[in-house]
Amino acid sequence: MLRKKECVAMLLAGGQGSRLYALTNNIAKPAVAFGAKYRIIDFPLSNCINSGIDTVGVLTQYQPLVLNEYVGNGQPWDLDRTFGGVHILSPYEAKTDTSWYKGTANAIYQNIRFMKMYDPEYVLILSGDHIYKMDYDKMLAAHKKAKADCTIACMEVPIKEASRFGILNTKPDGSIYEFEEKPAKPKSNLASMGIYIFTASKLFKYLELDEADPNSEKDFGKNVLPAMLNAGEKMFSYRFDGYWKDVGTIASLWEANMDLLGTVPKFDLRDSERVIHSRSPLAPPAHIEGEVINSIVATGCEINGKVVNSVIGTDCIIEKGAEVTDCVLMGNTVVKSGAKLNYAIIDEDVNIGENAVIGAPREVASKIDGKTSGIVVLGRGVNVKKNGKVDAGEIVDKNV
Amino acid sequence: MASTVGVIFSSLNERNIPELTRVRSVGSIPYGGRYRLVDFALSNMVNSGITTVGMVTKNNYQSLMDHLGSGKNWDLARKEGGLILLPPYSDDSETLYNNRLEALKGATAFLKKAKQDFVVLADSDAVYKLDYSKVIDYHIKKNADITMVYHEHEIKQTHYYITFDTNKDGRITELEINPSASGVQKNYINVMVARTSFLLGLIQKAIQCGYTSFGKDILSPSVKTLKLYGYKHEGYYKNIDSLESFFKANYDLLNKDIRNEIFGARDVYTKVNDSAPAKFTETAKVKNSLISDGCFIEGTVENCILFRGAKIGKGSVLKNCIIFSENIVGENCNLQYVVSDKDCIITDNRVLAGCEAQPYFINKGTRI
Repeated sequence: MLRKKECVAMLLAGGQGSRLYALTNNIAKPAVAFGAKYRIIDFPLSNCINSGIDTVGVLTQYQPLVLNEYVGNGQPWDLDRTFGGVHILSPYEAKTDTSWYKGTANAIYQNIRFMKMYDPEYVLILSGDHIYKMDYDKMLAAHKKAKADCTIACMEVPIKEASRFGILNTKPDGSIYEFEEKPAKPKSNLASMGIYIFTASKLFKYLELDEADPNSEKDFGKNVLPAMLNAGEKMFSYRFDGYWKDVGTIASLWEANMDLLGTVPKFDLRDSERVIHSRSPLAPPAHIEGEVINSIVATGCEINGKVVNSVIGTDCIIEKGAEVTDCVLMGNTVVKSGAKLNYAIIDEDVNIGENAVIGAPREVASKIDGKTSGIVVLGRGVNVKKNGKVDAGEIVDKNV
Repeated sequence: MASTVGVIFSSLNERNIPELTRVRSVGSIPYGGRYRLVDFALSNMVNSGITTVGMVTKNNYQSLMDHLGSGKNWDLARKEGGLILLPPYSDDSETLYNNRLEALKGATAFLKKAKQDFVVLADSDAVYKLDYSKVIDYHIKKNADITMVYHEHEIKQTHYYITFDTNKDGRITELEINPSASGVQKNYINVMVARTSFLLGLIQKAIQCGYTSFGKDILSPSVKTLKLYGYKHEGYYKNIDSLESFFKANYDLLNKDIRNEIFGARDVYTKVNDSAPAKFTETAKVKNSLISDGCFIEGTVENCILFRGAKIGKGSVLKNCIIFSENIVGENCNLQYVVSDKDCIITDNRVLAGCEAQPYFINKGTRI
C-alpha cells in the first residue's frame, strides 16, 4: 500500500512584514517573538498538530535564518516524523527556471512536487502572521460535507474595518458568490482569514492555469480564488468565532500581547486542551524580587524593579528602581536601574542604560498619530546609553 | 577527552527520604521549579562530553521514564549510545538489588558492551555542577585505579556515607564508613571514575567472593592495595537525604550566587513542558521567589519556590513554601514552611504551618 496523507498544510512564511519596521530588519515576520515565550509561527504549527495534521511545508524567503533555526526538525511541535513532519521549503534553482517566490500562489505552485509526494486529498493553506487557536479538522469536515472545491475561513469584522480585508459575499448556505479583495465599499463584514482548504486536484489545476497567465499577480486573493469562482467551482465560507488577530502592524502586535493579560484574558494561553507548543529555552524559573502587577513573565527572568501591564520574555533582567509599564519585552533584555519604559515593544537582546527614558505614558503617547500609534520600537540588539532618551512613537534600530 | 561511558544510579538511597520517594525514584524528585534531581548528574554527563549513559532503575521508575523519555531533551536520543535505561534484573533466585554493588551487577552487560575506555559512576540525589572530564584527566594523570570525588563540608548526613583522607599527592590514605569524627571532612559524593575493564574486574571478583557492599567489601579493604585517589569538587554541592535538606537545597536557589553557579550557563537540561508563561494579576505580591511557567498568582508569595502550573488564589499568603506542579491553593489561605507534592488542592481559608527543620509535607494528590 502506498503511504499518503489526507491533508497537507502549506504555511506561507516568506513575507517581510515591512509594517513591523525594525522588528523584521533581520528576521521574517513569523519568527517575531510573541507572548513572552513564543514566536508567531508557533500558533499555526501548534494548530496543525492539534488538528491532526502532521505534514507541513513552511515556505520561507525573506531573512530565513532565525526561522529555519527555530523550526529545526520540528520536534517541539511533534513534527519530527519519518513520513511527513515539517519541512522548510525555500526557493530553489531549477534546470529551466530559477526564481524567487513571486506571490502567494506562485510560492505554492513551485512546491507542487512537495505536496504530491504525499498524494493528499486536500491542501490547507496558512499564513504565518496570525495569532489564534483553531481546529482545522472541523474546517476540513465542513469542506468535505459541502463537497466543496475550496473553503475559506472567515470571521465577522467591524464594517468600518472591512475594507482592509478580503471580503466574502455569501448565500445563506455559506456558499460564496463573490470575492472582493480590499473593497472600498464592502457589501458584507465577513473577512477572509487567509486560511484556505482546497481539494488538492482543483488546487493543482488552478495553480497551473494561474502560472500560465502572464497577467496574473500570482496571488491567491487577487487571482486564484476569483478565477475558481468565475469558473463555477464550489466555494464555501467557514465561520470562525474565536480569537484571531493579524499581527502585521506594531499596534496590533502590541494589542495581541496585551490580550494575554488579566484574570480572564481575551486570548488564553493557559489551555490544556489546545496547548501552544514552542521551542523552550533552558532557563530556570523566573526570580521575582520586585513588583509584578498584571503581567506575564517567562523563565530565566530576574525582576528586581517594577513591572506593570507588561509581557516580559525569557531571560530579561529588570534592575532595582527600573519601571516597565505597558511594554512588550521580547527576551534577553537588560533594563538598568532607574530606567523608565512606557508603551514600547523591545526586541530581543536590547540593553537599556541607567536612568534612560523610553517612550511616554500610554495616555499621552497613544494620542500620537504615527506609523506605530505612539508605541516605541527598539530593534534587535539596540543599546540605549545611560540617561538616553527615546521619544514616544520612535522606531530605533541603531544604538542611541 | 578520553572515551567515557556514564552510569547513573537513579534509585539508591531512597529510604532516606520516604515522603518524596513513596511515588517515585530519587532521581525523579522534583527540584527548583522545573527540574528533577537526575537532571544534574545527567546534564553533567552531557556537558562533560559523555554521550552513552546507562540509567540504573529499580522500582517505581514510571515517573523517571516519563521524565527522561527517549533522552532527546539531553541530546541523548542517539543511534550510537545515547540514554539507555537499565531496568532491574532479577532471575528466580534473586530479588531486586538492595545496594550499589548489586545494582552494578545489573549494569555489567551494558558495561561489557560499551566500547569506552573509562566509566563515570554517579548518584542522582545531589545538586551540583561538575565537569567529569576533568576528573578523568586527573585519573589518567595520577595513573589511579579508582578516583573518588569528594566535597569538603561539615558532616551532617544521618545515613550511610564515606569520608576519607588523602596525602599531598591526592592518594587516599584512610577511608572510613560512617565515621565518628565531626567537623569538616572530605565527604565522598558517590561520583567515581575507573577504567571500564578495571571496574568490570572488580564486579567479577565481587560476584565470585559473594561481596555485598561496594564500600565495605571493596573500597575499604583496598586503600593500601589499590591506587585510590580523591578529586576535590570545589563548587556548590548539596546532597538531598532528608526532607530538611531537600527544603534547604531548594531554598539555596533563592541565593543569586548559587542560582548563577548552577543555572548561569543555561546548561542544566530537563524535560520541556509547554506551559504558558507565569501570570501575575492585579493583586499579586511576590518577593524573593522562583516562579515557573504556568503559574497563576493572585495572592502574596514570599521566599517560595513555585513549580509549573501552581495556582495561588486571591488573599492567600505563602511564606517559605515549596509548591510542586499543578497545585491549586484557594483563596485566603495561610501557608508557612509547607512542602506540597504534585497535584494537591488546598481549599479556601486553610492555615498550614511547619518549620524549617520539619516542613509540613502534603502527599501527592491530597485535597485539604
